[in-house]
Amino acid sequence: MRKSNFMDSKELILNKVKEKFGQAIEAISDFRNDLCFTINRNQIVELSRFLKEDSELEFIFCKDVTAIDWAARKNRFTTVYHIYSFKLNFNLRLKVNIDVDPPAVETVTSVWKSADWYERETFDMYGIKFLNHPDLRRMYMPEGFEHYPLRKDFPVIGIPGSLPLPNKAE
Amino acid sequence: MDRIKQIYNDEKLLKRLHEDKDITIEDVLENEMVINMGPQHPATHGVLRLVLRLDGETVTAIVPELGYLHRGYEKMAENMSYVEFIPHTDRLDYLATLCNNVGYVLAVEKLAGIEVPNRAQYLRMIISELSRIASHMVAIGTFAMDVGAVTMVMWTFREREKIQDIFDRVCGARFTTSYTRIGGVASDFDDEALRMTKKIVYDLESALVEMDKLMLGNKIFIDRLEGIGILPMKDAIELGITGPNLRASGVDYDVRRAKPYLFYDQMDFNVPIYSEGDCLARYFIRGDEVRESVKILKQLLDKIPQGEIRANDPKKVLPNKTEIYSKMEELIHDFMIINFGINPPVGDVFHSVENPKGELGFYIVSNGSGNPWKVKIHSPSFCSLQAIPLLCKGAMISDVVAIIGSLDPVMGEADK
Amino acid sequence: MGLEAILQKDGFITTTIDALVAWSRKSSVWPMPMGISCCAIEMIAAADPKYDIARFGSEVMRFTPRQCDLMIVAGTVTYKMAQVVRRIYDQMPEPKWVIAMGACTSSGGMYRSYSVVQGIDQFLPVDVYTAGCPPRPENLLNALMAIQEKISKTKARQFQNRSLAELENAQI
Repeated sequence: MRKSNFMDSKELILNKVKEKFGQAIEAISDFRNDLCFTINRNQIVELSRFLKEDSELEFIFCKDVTAIDWAARKNRFTTVYHIYSFKLNFNLRLKVNIDVDPPAVETVTSVWKSADWYERETFDMYGIKFLNHPDLRRMYMPEGFEHYPLRKDFPVIGIPGSLPLPNKAE
Repeated sequence: MDRIKQIYNDEKLLKRLHEDKDITIEDVLENEMVINMGPQHPATHGVLRLVLRLDGETVTAIVPELGYLHRGYEKMAENMSYVEFIPHTDRLDYLATLCNNVGYVLAVEKLAGIEVPNRAQYLRMIISELSRIASHMVAIGTFAMDVGAVTMVMWTFREREKIQDIFDRVCGARFTTSYTRIGGVASDFDDEALRMTKKIVYDLESALVEMDKLMLGNKIFIDRLEGIGILPMKDAIELGITGPNLRASGVDYDVRRAKPYLFYDQMDFNVPIYSEGDCLARYFIRGDEVRESVKILKQLLDKIPQGEIRANDPKKVLPNKTEIYSKMEELIHDFMIINFGINPPVGDVFHSVENPKGELGFYIVSNGSGNPWKVKIHSPSFCSLQAIPLLCKGAMISDVVAIIGSLDPVMGEADK
Repeated sequence: MGLEAILQKDGFITTTIDALVAWSRKSSVWPMPMGISCCAIEMIAAADPKYDIARFGSEVMRFTPRQCDLMIVAGTVTYKMAQVVRRIYDQMPEPKWVIAMGACTSSGGMYRSYSVVQGIDQFLPVDVYTAGCPPRPENLLNALMAIQEKISKTKARQFQNRSLAELENAQI
């Protein structure tokens, strides 16, 4: 019963998205039963709005926004969005390959409010600017920290002197 | 009174006062204070910094600042193998440590495609539920202590000590145990440990009744929490909140029901839901979840099968310690797995489990080598803290304390 | 021979007063729980009914530094948090001692990363280091007893013109 529901939902989503955004979709993958669309950078907000507002799909819950740093590829960064639909009980993944340098992509906070802090964290860790974000500040590292820790060229032990320490007490 | 009003409204007098440069007149109620509720504070449940803008005692705006416990987990995960990261997952939500272990190991097993034997799955469920009870005990205890009822924390910690005795016996440590392994669990529950678990399960029911009588008879406690910090259902979904905070606002979402993992689809338990969404509902829902966990534990203790506790997959699962020292094959496999890692296929997975705080998710990207290429931890406390600006607007300072306690954040996982 | 010179020598009266003052200081050590992460839970567990810390006189865990003698730094200290810890240490009145609880505060622990301070002795003078991740509550009580021994060897007038070197020479 549950299996057929899952397959039906997957078919429904695939058909609807392909029908509306056929040419903007760059890749579809289905590894270990996780459906994932890779979409063009300019269409991400449109696709998100469609997925949220369509009455059969209703992807109203954004679980996560993050990014991957492929150190050696031509398009170095990929942002990843995890969204969930209560109606279909389906976890969906969207990926956007970022092909501009310095990396920037449109924000999805106009569609899902929870993406606010996730995008701030991604900016703090990777340096990807989210255009039209209401409040893009650093999340974890102190203000004024100049590097982006999760990029592959930043060493794990850090850069000595990049963070200040109080003097030894008397 | 009329005379005072006359003075305040007297135009000529005010004009003369304003022309005098040596004095300043300002309406004291128009000043808003900006106050820092710093990272070191008895009631902020860890190192959370809040900057409040106050109009008298009412909060008009509040901005949380995180990052005081940012230890760099995701960066460290890229530099160590999958097995080496298990002790780090312990320290994420350091109150329900075994649930984090289970979540991470399930995600890696999904990526690598490893089948785990039944007894190991049942043991993982038992420790998950015990961990859930332990975490809710701390949540209830410290929440009551913040609001003023100090006895609760002593009672709930007494119950937690009993659970930690079981962990001590089975896993070797009181709470940061790193008990699970990829492919199973580290060691087996012997008869004494199962007997202790059974005793806890039956003792807990009477302890919960006692605690209920203590709290519900306390009118100050009820008055301080009822109607405070109401989180409407629509806002809870918009902000991405999961777990008891979401269920206290009326949404029926529990990962154990929606995407069952281990053997939760064969267990018979209810998912408590409240529709009010205030602090009192979030308090009651944790007590109810402890009762449901007790129900699940009783079923598990009846149904647990005999068998292996680790899968038999030599390239991916660590072999038994005793065999490593005596047989050649096992020694080679152990060497390869520890030094070169388990090498799962190229791809990425997202897997989530139901933690006591919410839904803990791991997004693991693998490039075929022994170290993960990226690990992203979706922590529930991070999302709960996003609700603070909305909930605390218009509340008083003492309500801010109650609201944070009811959301139950743990900074170890919010800051990663 | 003024009064000052007489008092500098270790005569009968001064050693008795020293012993009395040291006894009262060590029997009522009020800790300042700088609870940052997992070790803080073990610190609370040291205060619960099973591993009672109240029998050492330390039940009063005030969160305000102005009333405390002993700072128990429990949890990983990051660079961002180090400024805060140092500010609170400076606010504590003399005499004051520091316990570094757990592996993270002693040497950075299992976190060799860009944001974790590799040991709080880089900016605080530490008296007792405790091993464990997290240390068991009995281990914390052992550290407290070591602090009490250290206090019992101090002199009453030692904290008037205090210098770090003198305190570090107080042997256990």
